[in-house]
Amino acid sequence: MSGSDNKWIGENTIRPDGADKVTGRAAFAADSSMSGMIWGKVLRSPHAHAIIKGIDTSKAEALPGVKAVMTAADIVDFPTDTPVPLGIQDMRWMCRNVMAREKALFHGHPVAAVAAMTEAIAAEACKLIEVDYEVLPHAIEIDDALAPDAPILHDFIEFEGKPSNIAGTIEHTKGDVEAGFAEADVVIERDFTTRPVHQGYIEPHACLVSVAADNKTTIWSSSQGQFMVRAMTALLTGLTQSDIRAIPAEIGGGFGGKTIIYLEPLATILSKKSGRPVKMTMTREEVMRASGPTSGSKSTVKIGAKKDGTITAAEGLYWLQAGGLPGAPVRGAVGCALAPYDIPNGHTLGYDVVCNRSKVAAYRAPGAPIGAFGVECVLDELAEELGMDPLDLRLKNAAKEGTEAVHGPVYPVMGYVESLEAAKAHPHYSAPLGPNQGRGVASGFWFNAGGESSAQVNVTEDGNVVVTTGHPDIGGSRAGIANICAELLGIDYKRISVLIGDTATIGFSNLTGGSRVLFASSIVVTESTNKVIRTLCELAAKIWDIDPDAVEWEDGAARPAGANAGQFDPLTLAELAARANETGGPIGAGAQINTTGAEGGFGTHICDVEVDPELGIARVIRYTVLQDVGRAVHPAYVEGQMQGGAAQAIGWALNEEYLYDKDGKVDNPGFLDYRMPVASDLPMLDTHIIEIPNPKHPQGVRGVGEVPLVPGLSAVRNAVYNAIGIRFNDLPLSPPRVLAALDVREAAE
Amino acid sequence: MTDIQYLAPTTLDEAVSAYAAADGAGRILAGGTDLLVQMQAGMVAPGLIVDIKNIADVTGIEETADGGFVVGAAVSGAMLEKHAGFAKAWPGVLEGLNLIGSTQIQGRASMGGNLCNGSPAADSVPALVAAGAILTVQGPDGRREIAVEDVPTGPGRTSLKPGEIAVSFAFAPRPAGSGDAYLRMIPRTEMDIAVVGVGVNLTLENGTCTAARVGLGAVAPTVLRVDDAADALIGSKLDDAALAAAAAACSAACNPIDDKRGTIAYRTRVAGVLLKRVARIAAERAAQA
Amino acid sequence: MAKLHISTTINGEPEEFLCAPDETMLDVLRNRLSLTGSKEGCGSGDCGACSITLDGTLVCSCLMLAAEANGREITTIEGMADGETLHPLQQKFLEEAALQCGICTPGMLVAAKALLDENPNPSETEVRFWLAGNLCRCTGYDKIVRAVLDTAADMREAAQ
Repeated sequence: MSGSDNKWIGENTIRPDGADKVTGRAAFAADSSMSGMIWGKVLRSPHAHAIIKGIDTSKAEALPGVKAVMTAADIVDFPTDTPVPLGIQDMRWMCRNVMAREKALFHGHPVAAVAAMTEAIAAEACKLIEVDYEVLPHAIEIDDALAPDAPILHDFIEFEGKPSNIAGTIEHTKGDVEAGFAEADVVIERDFTTRPVHQGYIEPHACLVSVAADNKTTIWSSSQGQFMVRAMTALLTGLTQSDIRAIPAEIGGGFGGKTIIYLEPLATILSKKSGRPVKMTMTREEVMRASGPTSGSKSTVKIGAKKDGTITAAEGLYWLQAGGLPGAPVRGAVGCALAPYDIPNGHTLGYDVVCNRSKVAAYRAPGAPIGAFGVECVLDELAEELGMDPLDLRLKNAAKEGTEAVHGPVYPVMGYVESLEAAKAHPHYSAPLGPNQGRGVASGFWFNAGGESSAQVNVTEDGNVVVTTGHPDIGGSRAGIANICAELLGIDYKRISVLIGDTATIGFSNLTGGSRVLFASSIVVTESTNKVIRTLCELAAKIWDIDPDAVEWEDGAARPAGANAGQFDPLTLAELAARANETGGPIGAGAQINTTGAEGGFGTHICDVEVDPELGIARVIRYTVLQDVGRAVHPAYVEGQMQGGAAQAIGWALNEEYLYDKDGKVDNPGFLDYRMPVASDLPMLDTHIIEIPNPKHPQGVRGVGEVPLVPGLSAVRNAVYNAIGIRFNDLPLSPPRVLAALDVREAAE
Repeated sequence: MTDIQYLAPTTLDEAVSAYAAADGAGRILAGGTDLLVQMQAGMVAPGLIVDIKNIADVTGIEETADGGFVVGAAVSGAMLEKHAGFAKAWPGVLEGLNLIGSTQIQGRASMGGNLCNGSPAADSVPALVAAGAILTVQGPDGRREIAVEDVPTGPGRTSLKPGEIAVSFAFAPRPAGSGDAYLRMIPRTEMDIAVVGVGVNLTLENGTCTAARVGLGAVAPTVLRVDDAADALIGSKLDDAALAAAAAACSAACNPIDDKRGTIAYRTRVAGVLLKRVARIAAERAAQA
Repeated sequence: MAKLHISTTINGEPEEFLCAPDETMLDVLRNRLSLTGSKEGCGSGDCGACSITLDGTLVCSCLMLAAEANGREITTIEGMADGETLHPLQQKFLEEAALQCGICTPGMLVAAKALLDENPNPSETEVRFWLAGNLCRCTGYDKIVRAVLDTAADMREAAQ
């Protein structure tokens, strides 16, 4: 279904969970209490790299008010030689990440935890735990981790036959890049770096766990995946999955950073040991030191093109920081870097480099912004070299339906070209620029995902509808789901309640992430709702004593399908619901599907900056996000994703970065010196929604949430080049760096 | 665990008495926007917190008969902003105070707290130095006055003696044709600690600068009073050459560090850039005064 | 450690509680008074998620000792709606999708209301600078700023 005859799809309805959110009533993980609840605190390594020779918890255990103490000995061990994948993680790393096992791998790595009557007592007890460390040299930057004399983090990691901090590689090859470069008239090769950044969710990690004497466990936590929470906690603690009920609280931001767990298994063990429910929250400082941010990177990008702009070859080499354990988002970097382009010869190769910082977690299109950054910057330079408009250069080489991407797939119909054309035609692109102002463009791609999803659609006795879905709502997906269900049933949107189930009340559903929630849940909600409609038609058929095939559903009621079926007044949902008992019983249906058909998403950004040349400060003064979203089921929330991703990209490009001191300690573990954009830093963020419906989805939906971060880094950087004529290949573009570059140029003149 | 006490006295004598008796374990609470941050971070664990906000001497704003002002040390930026007379006379001082943090912080932060916290980057202090403000303190030995620029002695340290509490800031009546301003460099538009802060206070007579004071922050262990910069302005018509000389004097006065907020080179450059901008704004205000 | 006995007014209702001298107002609101609408995002006054008003002034409750509430008036997000009637700002935030995850929303609303109480006709720049102490990571602030400006316009019109 599509088009202007929709009543609810495409409407900016008010989200079903909205009133609670604007009145402070919505329950986030730290908002809840349980009877008899005590507090947990984590003891963290003061060293960036150290062997743990022994832990003595006796003094902590003896402190009055302490109810339980735990160490890595309480966590299930997964031997390092046997991979145990779970979703995007490997349990070998998870069991070493939630608590240091043989080694502390970063400053802030948990080494023990305590549960006590108050937070203050728990913190005091942590100070009484004695840990015998053998401090080792540490390496945080990629160059330091790859140096010949680098401290090796793990003796079980080898690369090319030698102990190494390179944990793995991913590579894509198409054609022959050497031949392709040889054919080119112009070849540009540049090196790039990006600093590590954090997802920046405002709500710190938090959970409340109760383990009863019979092991029946309830986990209430801030998470992007209650089934992931259940599975990981079970694997790490030895409890069985069916004993665990993982309930997703309202989540205060995740952006991928909450697709993994930190506190839940600790609170679970402490709860079991103490016999009390245990609440644990991270402080902001703990979030910044010890939760998974994203990688810093180095890359080399080389693109060759003919004089007319046809790209003949492109290559990207990437090194990404994994943190203390393997798992940098190399796949996203090497897969997405060249994805918007139809390139005959392409090669991307990425390295997963372990180093002594916290293990990275997903961050909105993980790896893709890093992959795209160098490519979009080189394309900008190439366009200038060739005397072409940067959008025209991209149009010349744009991937289309049928293009074989360098990373493998052949694209179905999609709207990349449309995003470029819309950018060219947009008033932003032709608006005049003032002194010290510049404009940049860039494009980007993300794979998107389908995956497992479950839903239940139940009709209440009073003729309304309750929809239960399986994915935490991080962007307003409940509103979109309600729109779809209302559209299918032909009833008022307000008659539909959408709830998120927990692991006990809804079937398996994969993580909220991968830009998949609306895509996947709408498939199962559509299937369930269609089943409900069939049931309703059957009930009407019974009442009318006609064949069910002679009944159709339209505009919220069962109607005879054509004059031959008979003359009957329509039976509304409410009327049928009221008669459910007499006609067969409760009306409801569910679906559990491993959804497929999520094709990639494409977007193009236009960014204007103004640079203060005396202070080196760049400010974004205008920004437009153009993106093919398939179908905007709820346009305002689609716009919200586009704007949010752009804002994060601006922060990443201008001011955000992890700073480390010489001891490997994060020097800016708070919002004061980890500088995310504030309201006065940004202009209005304009959006242009393009709808090329995804033919593999019932409503034409494509995932929308992650693409908007991908192009922004180089859109900002290209705008700065346009403003002051300096190409920065290293992010962030903080004022001291910009001013220093301006000074260097002035001195040279 | 340390036992901690909270007192909210209503007279200065009570406050001084309790604070002095705590013998270094006490902390003064005005807006709390430094103290509570430091307590939360584990940097300080006071045995006694003396909340001075119920004491009239430190929370009032008084315009004296001769046109001067006495502002209580614990007056918040939000409160000071509402005083039309002070806002008209000392917009630069107000600017400095109301650039600290956010609207929420400005609802609480005070000049007394900002000064006594001793941060070299304190936003209110450069303009206070430029204004020639005098701090009155009261301690076990009674009251005394200290020029604001003599209060900071190093990062986190002041010249206040044990047991002394900041009471109020005195601003002398302004000659006609005076104006002040404060600017800082921060990477974002709000919420950052100043990388460089410059306050300029000057008097113009027929376009010539007859008096000037310059306060420079975040570029040395303490906020600086840069007399060389002021001297470069005095007697001039604030032409490009004079401003350039004053800017150079500011850069020369810098003795900064490389830290997570700025580099030595950057701070030194920016001090000069800001001086020119601030002096121009102060001059515009002076011309209208 | 002896606890302090504090008498205050919260959202117009008299309230009494016991607290440790070093407990923050945010701790007391959330852990003793079950007023969990104010959120802790940072504990250091940098994110505004804990915003409340103290005697009508917008402040961060994480940077205020609960003891300071004695004899004063506190308002929190829980007091913003009038019974079941949402404040125009709350309603507008819903209508204009000015929230995604919602964690910054209580603080943002309290701050926005404090702005409109003081300045019924703010410019976009004034709104942005007033709200600079309220971090949002989801929205990029665009819809939030529009919702505040639109509400201000509505309220000015209703007042005529």
